[in-house]
Amino acid sequence: MKPSLSNSVSCLACAVAILAGSGCATTANNPKDPFEGFNRAMFAVNEGLDVIVKPVAQGYDAAAPLPVKVVIGNFFGNIWDAWTAVNNLLQGKAGQAVSDVGRVLINSTAGIGGAFDVASEVGLTKHSEDFGQTLGKWGIGDGPYFYWPIIGPRTTRDSFGWLADTYFDPVWRIDNIAWRNSLVATRYIDRRASLLPSDKVVEEAAFDKYDYIRDAYLQHRRSEIFDGALPHELSDDDSLR
Amino acid sequence: MKSLLSLLFGLLLVLGSASAQELAPDAMVRQVTEDVLTVVRQDKDIQSGNTRKAIDLVESKVLPYFNFQRMTALAVGVDWKKATPEQKKRLSEEFKTLLVRTYSNALTSYKNQTVVYKPSKVAAGDAEAVVKTEIVQPGNRPVQLDYSLEKLGDSWKVYDVIVAGVSLVTNYRDTFKQEVSNNGIDGLITMLSNRNKQLESGRK
Repeated sequence: MKPSLSNSVSCLACAVAILAGSGCATTANNPKDPFEGFNRAMFAVNEGLDVIVKPVAQGYDAAAPLPVKVVIGNFFGNIWDAWTAVNNLLQGKAGQAVSDVGRVLINSTAGIGGAFDVASEVGLTKHSEDFGQTLGKWGIGDGPYFYWPIIGPRTTRDSFGWLADTYFDPVWRIDNIAWRNSLVATRYIDRRASLLPSDKVVEEAAFDKYDYIRDAYLQHRRSEIFDGALPHELSDDDSLR
Repeated sequence: MKSLLSLLFGLLLVLGSASAQELAPDAMVRQVTEDVLTVVRQDKDIQSGNTRKAIDLVESKVLPYFNFQRMTALAVGVDWKKATPEQKKRLSEEFKTLLVRTYSNALTSYKNQTVVYKPSKVAAGDAEAVVKTEIVQPGNRPVQLDYSLEKLGDSWKVYDVIVAGVSLVTNYRDTFKQEVSNNGIDGLITMLSNRNKQLESGRK
């Protein structure tokens, strides 16, 4: 079954409406996070799931030799590059879009189906754009923050962005269900494995892991939308010295 | 011709000594990073997660180039002005301990990444600079790692570290603000010091 965009959108819109209706039931003391009660519950769900996912990722990380992990990372990275090209085009960054198309062409051929990132070696920089960033560039604000099960943190805008990313994701569109599921699972585990090194850093740096991840996610997305060229927020804050 | 040469030579000497005194911010970041990574690459203990050794390394090689008072002020935000000099000192001490640990934990996860230093534009009279670097890891997206620096006297000091757009300093701002509004500056000092003690005792 292919995901239906309209179904998912109405499902999400419905969830947002229910949450908005029950807003009074939440402990809203952070304006960025009006649904903190719901979000913390979902965060707990994910932390629970991670009890299973993390050991799998650790096993993969330990068992797969580095070249294998690199090939797997490159393979999914190549698919993502194509979507990045589309989003760069939608954001009016034609130069980057052309470079991204070049990357996909080079890596799919000379890089043997995306297994090797030849394009980076010839100087085509890797970018990463998703539909949430495109919506942000178009001027759509963050909206309330959400923490979804499995998916993780997203602003309201990025939740819709994620739906578009998933809808157009070639991996989700593979007809052979067994293939599709194993690729989706491999990618999920590969991503989780790539986050393993930061686990202890976040665990020890955070007073409250939920807060720390939320604030970091919001900073990270703001920087991504501005492609890292965010005017440095506080460097002019002389009064604080 | 001879005088031109000696003039050039004299100029080189002047420029050379100037750069020895005050390393440009990008050169400084590069030197400190490479110094630290040279040690980490050879130290199996740090690579296998020995935080104590990483902390020792950070304390000796990185600490002198950081301005923790400014970092703490940034993290605390507007409430910083309410703190007495004594409170500022204690806050900075505790926050420094936490940040050093964070930095050290990040070092223990070093595998085989390489660091690319991007050219930074710093004019002669500048008092502020941002040095951008990129951590390149095969098979993964590169991670941007930026440092904000300010000039204090003759030398540059780092006052913010930004990983993938996330400031390790201002990420605490909401948390700190809330603690100050609940329990005052002393409450925040206690919160930081309790956290540091807890992490210290949990250490392997």
